[in-house]
Amino acid sequence: MTTTLAGTRTRTPDIISFPPAGEARSHSAPRVAPGPNGIETIPMPHTLLTAQALEKTYRKGQHKVPVLRGVEVAIRRGEFLSIIGQSGSGKSTLLHLLGLLDVPDIGEIHFEGQRIDDLSAKVRDELRNRAFGFIFQFYHLMPELTVLENVLMPMMIRDSFFKYQRNKRRYDEQAREILSKVRLDHRLKHRPTELSGGEMQRAAIARALVAKPQVLLADEPTGNLDSQTGGEIMELLLNLNQQDGLTIVMVTHDLAIARQAHRTVKLDQGRIQSQNEVVTSAG
Amino acid sequence: MYKLLLCLRYLRTRYIALASIVSVMLGVATMIVVNSVMAGFSTEMRDRIHGILADVIIETNSLDGTTNPEQHMELIRKTAGEYIDGMTATVEVYGMLSFQYGGQYITRPVTLVGIEPEGKAKVGPLVDFLDSYRPIVEDKVVLRPPLRSMNEPPSWNLTPAAALYRKQWMARQQWMLEQMREDDRMDHEGEGELFDPGKAEAEAKVTPVEHNEDGTAVAETPKESADAARQAPDFLPEIVPGKHVGPGNHEGMVIQERPKAFTRQPEAAAPPAAPDPTELFQPQAQPEVADAQGPMEGRLYVGLGLISFPAEDPNTGKVQTLLMVRPGDDVKVSTVTAGRPPQAVHFNATVVDIFKSGMSEYDSNLVFCNLEYLQKVRGMIDPTTDSRAVTSIQIKLKQYADSKQVVDRLQSVFPAGVYTVRTWEQKQGPLLAAVEVESAILNVLLFMIIAVAGFGILAIFFMIVVEKTRDIGILKALGASSNGVMSIFLSYGLGLGVVGSGVGVAIGLLFVRYINQIEAVITWLTGRKVFDERIYYFPSIPTNVNAMMVVWVALGAIAIAILASILPARRAARLHPVEALRWE
Repeated sequence: MTTTLAGTRTRTPDIISFPPAGEARSHSAPRVAPGPNGIETIPMPHTLLTAQALEKTYRKGQHKVPVLRGVEVAIRRGEFLSIIGQSGSGKSTLLHLLGLLDVPDIGEIHFEGQRIDDLSAKVRDELRNRAFGFIFQFYHLMPELTVLENVLMPMMIRDSFFKYQRNKRRYDEQAREILSKVRLDHRLKHRPTELSGGEMQRAAIARALVAKPQVLLADEPTGNLDSQTGGEIMELLLNLNQQDGLTIVMVTHDLAIARQAHRTVKLDQGRIQSQNEVVTSAG
Repeated sequence: MYKLLLCLRYLRTRYIALASIVSVMLGVATMIVVNSVMAGFSTEMRDRIHGILADVIIETNSLDGTTNPEQHMELIRKTAGEYIDGMTATVEVYGMLSFQYGGQYITRPVTLVGIEPEGKAKVGPLVDFLDSYRPIVEDKVVLRPPLRSMNEPPSWNLTPAAALYRKQWMARQQWMLEQMREDDRMDHEGEGELFDPGKAEAEAKVTPVEHNEDGTAVAETPKESADAARQAPDFLPEIVPGKHVGPGNHEGMVIQERPKAFTRQPEAAAPPAAPDPTELFQPQAQPEVADAQGPMEGRLYVGLGLISFPAEDPNTGKVQTLLMVRPGDDVKVSTVTAGRPPQAVHFNATVVDIFKSGMSEYDSNLVFCNLEYLQKVRGMIDPTTDSRAVTSIQIKLKQYADSKQVVDRLQSVFPAGVYTVRTWEQKQGPLLAAVEVESAILNVLLFMIIAVAGFGILAIFFMIVVEKTRDIGILKALGASSNGVMSIFLSYGLGLGVVGSGVGVAIGLLFVRYINQIEAVITWLTGRKVFDERIYYFPSIPTNVNAMMVVWVALGAIAIAILASILPARRAARLHPVEALRWE
């Protein structure tokens, strides 16, 4: 069943404005909760993250390259969504916009019913730190730090020096626990360069999870791995999704990988071409 | 937290950045060394410049001086008495010093200063500079203990050693004279027709010797007195090879004043001087010579630089200062009289002592003379009132800090057209200013070196930011703020600056500490003397480390390192995370 707003609303020029309350009430679960400043927010208990009419254009020299042209997508809590598409279809950009790494030209991002794309840089930084976990195709581990330090990085970013010192033990335990979950507990003191590709990606997943995020945003997590290691990573992600109920948004161009998700959104030329639910993927 | 961790980790792992900091380090070390050495030179020089000068000096603009110094001093005491520790009246005038050495006359322009030694000692350190009060030390071995104790007030008396030397010399020439007269009488009876008949017999005989100062004249003597030499070996110390034989024998004094014996001859024998071209080198004051052995009425302290020359021993390579005139010798001084028109006057004087202040400008220019005699010779004594004129009054202050006030007060009392009131610093203003300007320019130049190093840091930092682009992207993805990213690189710059200037300070201070050893090593390596004592007058390189200077240099270097890291850090902070992560 599809509960994206894309189906219920048409694009209008004033799409950036807050959705009218009436529209929200028309929703299947009309539980209205007053948000901050008394603004009524859309009550969507099982919709965690939504993108509304996203448009994004990049400039390449003189030319404007439209990357997203009105994308609407909603991610439910606990869902494993994969976004597929050709290179340049805008799937990575969509992921970045969802994870607040970038701001849309037009459109809105809502998280737990609150608009988040127009927040100040400081709050967006904090949201990225607490609510989102990122993994990338090239892992992006810091070469100067050990695996454990890499995993602890989000906590270091979150806390000031003294606060971190106070919480150090707790964070350490947390990180070790997660590293053992991704089966890297024997590699704590190793540098990323001493790890294999699969190990690096697992370290990156541990890093993404240490802050206990609500959404894991994965950008081609298997793109740089052979099929067997990629399969292991997918297994790990599916496990996380099933056992811990972690919401995962994964971008990939590999259809076989994408099929393992609950649902697949296909992007083409910056537009959503099709959405199909792969119910059986859970198994 | 992550900033600190990353910054420290970068410091430990990016050796290329440490390479950039080497230039900062060297700059800091150089600045410390140069400043310390300059400060050392400057302090040493100030000490030496001040050395012979009194704190405040009142000079008449006219060389004739001003009469009644007591009245002037009374006025000074009334005006600024509470600041004044002591004063003395002196006469300063230009002159020439002539002496004979190696068969020729050597004439030097000098500043002749008439002093009372005890009064002069009260306004400044005089005794410290006089040769007879100091031991001769070479390689930490005392070759000659001080001839006088420090408690003895300076005077115009010869030291016993000098007196003995003089006595021997006088006796020797007396003996020579007698020998020659003896020979003369035996050899030729009437030679009067060979020369100007108007001249006295002895003078006529001596004149050719005096004017041919080449080897022939000198060579004559041993031949003539070959047999006599055996009879009187005591008086021929020219055979003495090295130092330390005769009581008054100075080191390196190899060549003896043999020619002088001939100069002195006419003094002893010639009739009262007639106006004659040789007059310049003929004695004026006959009576002194009459009581042969004693010193002349004119007494001098002569600057070492005027009467010595450095000579390198060809065998040992050691530089020795050879004296051309020794205490106990007589020299001739020419100057001008007071009054209109100034007339040249000459007088013979005995060198009582040699002074060495270490300041070549003084040591090769100043000749101190006994004040009364100089006043007499220059005609500065009023025959009717017996009032003696002086050209300057030297004042020592209780505290030099008051000098400005004293000068101001004295200037209001002594009219500027007639008198010049100055502190020693003002008197030597150009010299001191030159040192200061030199030091300031050097500092600017050296700081530019550190600034150049700053550009090196800038370039390398840009490189590192580019290299770290993905890390910056991931940091931002993990929630790091732009300011956080910026502060990583700023603190990285700070870290490099601290490391660089810290090591630089350490190297600089060590260099300064062991500068003389380093100089010795460089001299040994290159075979060329880096620090030549003959030029600088200092036995070793003087240094003076100023703690504040070190702190400022270090802070300046750190500031430059931070400034240089601002641009790259801003660039890092502005990196868009998406762009940064897309970079492959």
